[in-house]
Amino acid sequence: MAHDPRGPRLPAARGPVSAAVRAYLPGTGPLPAAGTVAAASPYGDDLQLALYLCYELHYRGFADVSPDREWDPDLLRVRAALEHLFLTALREDTPVHACVDDALADLLVEPVDGTGVSHFLSGEGERWQVREYAMQRSLYHLKEADPHAWVLPRLSGRAKAAMAAVEFDEWGGGRPDRVHAQLFANLMTDLGLDTAYGRYVDAACAETLATVNLMSLLGLHRSLRGALVGHFAAVEITSSPGSRRLAEAMRRTDAGPASEHFYDEHVEADAVHEQVVRHEVIGGLLADEPQLAGDVVFGLDVTGFLEDRLAGRLLAAWRKGESSLRPAPHESEGGGAAVRQERGKAHAS
Amino acid sequence: MPNSPADRPCRIRVQRRGPLLVEGPVEVELEDGTTVASDRFRVALCTCRRSRRYPWCDTSHRDRERKPS
Repeated sequence: MAHDPRGPRLPAARGPVSAAVRAYLPGTGPLPAAGTVAAASPYGDDLQLALYLCYELHYRGFADVSPDREWDPDLLRVRAALEHLFLTALREDTPVHACVDDALADLLVEPVDGTGVSHFLSGEGERWQVREYAMQRSLYHLKEADPHAWVLPRLSGRAKAAMAAVEFDEWGGGRPDRVHAQLFANLMTDLGLDTAYGRYVDAACAETLATVNLMSLLGLHRSLRGALVGHFAAVEITSSPGSRRLAEAMRRTDAGPASEHFYDEHVEADAVHEQVVRHEVIGGLLADEPQLAGDVVFGLDVTGFLEDRLAGRLLAAWRKGESSLRPAPHESEGGGAAVRQERGKAHAS
Repeated sequence: MPNSPADRPCRIRVQRRGPLLVEGPVEVELEDGTTVASDRFRVALCTCRRSRRYPWCDTSHRDRERKPS
């Protein structure tokens, strides 16, 4: 097997399950035992990183890991067990609305005295906190809109045409310099961060991994297409006002023109996208498949549930003046020195 | 009169609460005579006049509510 030496390096393990999956990918160890997997905490670092490792094979893979691992049946069995734990916990823990219209109505009201991450960063965020936010979010924004592409073959007619149009806009409307992932890379450059895909996985907390794993979970399963559409709608509906506050945070901390542009673009783009997703994608899907309404509600509500957990983690750290990032892994696990250096810079600036 | 059979009316979606949705690309002429353009596949034009990115919608038309404490 020819293993590509390029690509993201494998992140450091965070427990027995992720350690075994990490060793299995390049073929240097066995998969975790079923009992080890079953004992993992659904929202914990170990399970979330293991799931992230499994999912990344469907996107960019890892250096020195065979691309064929993507369809390794033994690894897929472990992934299914991890997904079962995560999804079961999400279904139990997410408070859900009675119907799609109720869930949408709540998302469409802007709180006057909001307390989220974007409110914090626009009001009092410092440059090192803006940088940490960009590092955490880079796990998604460097593949922005990619996890949602999996749903396209599962839609038809009105829902498909609208979903494809929004995705086309996310991918720059045919212009590589306008691809949203590229706009985010430009933001990272403004902030003095490394734009390499997967560069900050080691620094990302479990709550960040969970938000990214949710997209892959919903995208990769046709049975969860209703939830994927609900999730995408929740992201688009909440993005425009949140992006306005983040653009303010970028201006206030002098982050740079590309940083401001990334969020300014999302204010405008997502004001359109949320309309198209609500009327055409959700409307079209439920006209075709009304039995998916409950899944759409779950997708709408579970997105806020995991975003609130992430916000709680970030704000708890920042209010104490502490870093929200995970401590750098040991040298032997790779990438340690560079991450530490990066974090030192963040605090110094 | 249409110039060719391919020409069709420009479709605009109106909502009582929310922006006008117009198929892009569009050029918008503002009151001061300047024009702004967008080549997005669809464009949301502000009708509530609250947008800080006028004439584009920035979702400022949404209801604002204090969180129940």
